[in-house]
Amino acid sequence: MPRHRIQLFCAAGLLAIALGMHAARATEAYDPWPGLVQDIFNNRPMNDGSDIIGIEMPMRAEDAAIVPVTLRTRLSPGDGRRVVAITLVIDQNPAPMAAKFELGPDANVTEISTRVRVNNYTDVHAVAELSDGKLYVTKTYVKASGGCSAPAAKNAEEAKNRIGQMRYRQFARLGEGPATSMREAQIMVGHPNNSGLQMDQVTQLYIPAFFVNKLRIWQDDSLVLAIEGGISISEDPNIRFTYVSNGAKHVRAEAGDTDGHVFAHEWKADDSGT
Amino acid sequence: MAHGGPAIALLLMLCASTIARAQEPELPVSEVAPGIFVHTGATSLMTRDNDGAIANVGFIVGDSAVAVIDTGGSVREGRQLMASVRNHTDKPIRYVINTHAHPDHGFGNAAFVGDGTSFVGHKNLPRALAMRGQFYLDGFRRTMGDALIDEVRIIPPTLLVADTLKLDLGGRILMLKAWPPAHSDNDLTVLDERTRTLFAGDMVFLSHIPVVDGSLKGWLRALDDLAAIPAQRVVPGHGAVSEWPAALAGERRYLDTLAADVRALIASGKPITAAAEHAAESERSRWELFDDYNARNATAAFSEMEWE
Repeated sequence: MPRHRIQLFCAAGLLAIALGMHAARATEAYDPWPGLVQDIFNNRPMNDGSDIIGIEMPMRAEDAAIVPVTLRTRLSPGDGRRVVAITLVIDQNPAPMAAKFELGPDANVTEISTRVRVNNYTDVHAVAELSDGKLYVTKTYVKASGGCSAPAAKNAEEAKNRIGQMRYRQFARLGEGPATSMREAQIMVGHPNNSGLQMDQVTQLYIPAFFVNKLRIWQDDSLVLAIEGGISISEDPNIRFTYVSNGAKHVRAEAGDTDGHVFAHEWKADDSGT
Repeated sequence: MAHGGPAIALLLMLCASTIARAQEPELPVSEVAPGIFVHTGATSLMTRDNDGAIANVGFIVGDSAVAVIDTGGSVREGRQLMASVRNHTDKPIRYVINTHAHPDHGFGNAAFVGDGTSFVGHKNLPRALAMRGQFYLDGFRRTMGDALIDEVRIIPPTLLVADTLKLDLGGRILMLKAWPPAHSDNDLTVLDERTRTLFAGDMVFLSHIPVVDGSLKGWLRALDDLAAIPAQRVVPGHGAVSEWPAALAGERRYLDTLAADVRALIASGKPITAAAEHAAESERSRWELFDDYNARNATAAFSEMEWE
């Protein structure tokens, strides 16, 4: 992570406050996005993605540790292209790349919801890569939370106790009976997802990073989603998504963390369970 | 003397700063029971205008020593609390008890650092401060400004409470209890046995909407044990000093409602965003700062309850 950027931002922020500007405007003083396009996307051209991908977040991060985000693809049914991957970037977070979602070629995933940590007032970008090989970007803006909310564990013991637990849930889609093949499901993975960026104020040592960096979901043997996760994903990673059933009997998920643990589970596709 | 000018100037500056500290106004306190002094915080968010003085803080005077319970939301508030202590007693401050990690309760710690003073907290408090301290310093700089935040030091406790601990202030026993995760995962309460006064920290809120930053289920489980504490009155973390255990009724109703609403949303398959919009909406008129914390409580509760 480019540490100098954080420092630059802080310096700009202090200056802005000193001048009596609203804190929220401090982010205008330094925009990390061009640098992120270089670091994450190798400076590939960014096309306007407002007709391709939607990103929904609350205006304000109510809980800094759990900010819901929903990504929706907007390609019209007649469009010959498909969304290959979506990258979620939280510009002002210590590690801006929150997650990269690869969409299974046959799963027709159109909606993905998860929860992220938001440390600061920030732009949040969603970048869709289409099968035409081009990148399409859209963004939203989130205000940091106030009060004693922090992007850290609320119940650190429980977070440890839950490591490796997995849950699956199948939701009925409103107005769509079981005859349609559209599905909505959720996978939860118990994990503290420690960022490694928190410094112990007493020892001045960083608390080690320990997080889920891979999560793959299949219907039978067909990939639905492959997720590369970073430390901006909330504790107990939670993915809710739509997909089109291929008639599979089972849904399977496999998660891996930075310590090399692998957690895997399989469920009957039409049941919910642990 | 060539260097006399700067030396005198330095001396004057030191004097001026000493005088400024000595003249720090007293934090207004009232004696809610013999030897128990409480400052009632403003029901508000921490800002540069209120010095972060939003939580209830206080002190207990024994025959030989004083215990300070929470130090406030800035070192400035801490110094004002210190001035109040000194106006009421010359006895040494042997203990500074932090009821939990939140900045409105512990940002004033630096005002009390000194020989013979032990900082006391829940066994989980050092971890919570390690994980959150820097974030709090950065975050509150935005709303409180450099002048107040520059002097804040994150000071963890050295005397840790795993279950219960008795402190003796000289003829005056304080019973400290460390709670399982509830309001936070490092809540500590203090019972003065002489006057049966309970300093509940943020285990108890009145007027100010309760804030869930630990475990809603844990907090609900703790309420019965909390109510069983043989106190006559409670000093809540926020709100007026009140009769015990009647003071718990509002908080219990809010937390019950929040839990029931969130469970219903989960059962019907609603997403987490629905919780922020709808859960505990029936409680809106009953609490101050509802819009500042309810959506957040609901979000946290949803992510906890969906593991049931």
